[in-house]
Amino acid sequence: MRYPFPVGKSDFIQGDEAIARAAILGGCRFYAGYPITPASEIFEAMALYMPLVDGVSIQMEDELASMAAIIGASWAGAKAMTATSGPGFSLMQENLGYAVMTETPVVVVDVQRGGPSTGQPTLAAQGDIMQAIWGTHGDHSLIVLSPSTVQEAFDFTIRAFNLAEKYRTPVVLLTDAEIAHMRERVYIPNPGEVEIIDRKLPENEEEARLPFGDPHGDGVPPMPIFGRGYRTYVTGLTHDERGRPKTVDAEVHEKLIRRIIEKLERNREDIISYDAFELDDAEVAIVSTGIVSRSAVRAVKILREKGVKAGLLKLNTIWPFDFDMIEELAGQVNKIYVPEMNLGQLYHLVKEGANGKAEVELIAKIGGEVHTPMEIVERVVG
Amino acid sequence: MYLKSAYEIRDKYLRKDMLPTIFCPGCGIGSALQYTLRAIDDLGLNQDEIVWVSGIGCSSRVPGFVNFDGLHTTHGRALAFATGIKLANPDLKIIAFMGDGDAAAIGGNHLIHAIRRNLDITVILINNFTYGMTGGQVAPTALKGLRGTTAPYGQFENPFDIADLAVSAGANYVARWSVFNYLQGINSIKKALSKEGFTLVEFLSPCPISFGRRNRMKTAPELLRWYQKITVPLAKAKKMPPEELEGKIVIGEFADRDRPGLVREYEAYKKRAKKMMGWEE
Repeated sequence: MRYPFPVGKSDFIQGDEAIARAAILGGCRFYAGYPITPASEIFEAMALYMPLVDGVSIQMEDELASMAAIIGASWAGAKAMTATSGPGFSLMQENLGYAVMTETPVVVVDVQRGGPSTGQPTLAAQGDIMQAIWGTHGDHSLIVLSPSTVQEAFDFTIRAFNLAEKYRTPVVLLTDAEIAHMRERVYIPNPGEVEIIDRKLPENEEEARLPFGDPHGDGVPPMPIFGRGYRTYVTGLTHDERGRPKTVDAEVHEKLIRRIIEKLERNREDIISYDAFELDDAEVAIVSTGIVSRSAVRAVKILREKGVKAGLLKLNTIWPFDFDMIEELAGQVNKIYVPEMNLGQLYHLVKEGANGKAEVELIAKIGGEVHTPMEIVERVVG
Repeated sequence: MYLKSAYEIRDKYLRKDMLPTIFCPGCGIGSALQYTLRAIDDLGLNQDEIVWVSGIGCSSRVPGFVNFDGLHTTHGRALAFATGIKLANPDLKIIAFMGDGDAAAIGGNHLIHAIRRNLDITVILINNFTYGMTGGQVAPTALKGLRGTTAPYGQFENPFDIADLAVSAGANYVARWSVFNYLQGINSIKKALSKEGFTLVEFLSPCPISFGRRNRMKTAPELLRWYQKITVPLAKAKKMPPEELEGKIVIGEFADRDRPGLVREYEAYKKRAKKMMGWEE
């Protein structure tokens, strides 16, 4: 297999480019999108690379269509991705819910910019945390990953595909304009170095007849791909294990929705990822995600120099959320600070997790700029 | 044409455990479905290589009743889902079963762009001038003066002519019949399924319960008689002055051409890309 970019070496590239290259190394062969700042460079890179690796890149008429197309492609057997920003992500929510309901592995990249509405197209924000987790309608669960560097944007994209395939679920890669447009040194591995997980396929006719069942007891049914003779019916309506609509049966609905949510809940340890920095003896903790974590690392160093025992918990997965871990942290420290580029979204989750065991304070910043380390330090030392 | 018995078609292609269908007495969807299955049967197409796609509405429940791979999606988006399926696996043949509200209102944008791309797909479009599943609201195809629950005093907007739209947007094959025209219907679907690119067969289809009742046509025969009255064959329509065609619906074959389909265009594009990058001669 020939790649249209250098592999097995480092390259100096921006976040959007890193996501595109990672997707291709991660096995993505179908991209459908609609241009939007600051995610367009992902599409442009995919447009350049996809035909060369015998994949598809297509510009759809809107974001609803892009999301729909990748779900269709996934049922036809392809690993598929789309990328957008806040306003486009809103349009995708309808079909994102369809992907949850039909347990379709797809990857959606949301490069956050300032909102609501068209807001600040070229500036970074973290205002879509709630949208990523709760944007679609109904009871549901999906996976949300959040990188803080260009290298992480690359690594988490590959992980996003693997988690999508492993758990038959949509995965949102939630990044922002800062990471998307920043250039950093990124190691692009050889294909052989990349762990690739493929979806479980039915092993026999019996499994194929239960595309929404639980034949392996792990909550993740094997996925019968179209065109292989299984004659699978896929519907966004409440359906039984065989995929037959059962829209007024409370028991069927409850069983289906609970399994979809629980297949992620019971695998929290595999899905949830975080980095702890100077937390062992910390008396003050900073909990952050994405680009802000980089200022937070520096803030912790400065605080330590000032004699404040500070530490950082950087969340790489924001959903499923590890409420227990936050409670444990809250039991250890006196206070938790949550710096984020919005008026309080991650804050609510952290506060719920802390469960009153420590005070939780929001350090909000909006307008397009990342917190400086000193802005965090000053809030902590008062 | 030799017509197999309906039982044979039913037994071969329907999921028995899904019957009965949700369709009301006098509904025309079953007829259009039967014509489609007969066309598939006559052409000897492989059941495992066809995917049925649909959006939301009565006709969109069809993929659940047929024993094929099927994707029953969100309202209006069937053709966008189909774009992904077809491009990800061009070996699959795709049939989209759509209603007029689904295809022309909420899905209007996807419809014109799928046609513009010449997406390789056959659309069977059920036009009953109404939103049947949600109880009889007016559809964008409703002729002026027709009543629906959201236009209780008679539709005041201009209707969409879907077939006309499809021809202008560039479809390779476009035909319109009422479900009364069964032989023309089957033949049109056969032609549509045999061609590359975007093909569309529209059926005027009775909805006595949600539509007919509100428009003084309580039964399917009354609706069929009305179709006979308002439809004009294409050849005859060409000779009629515009004022006489007012309130009439032209039926027949409106387009039959062989522009390259999206799959072929993309294959050529991939070759061009590799050549431009110096990967291939």
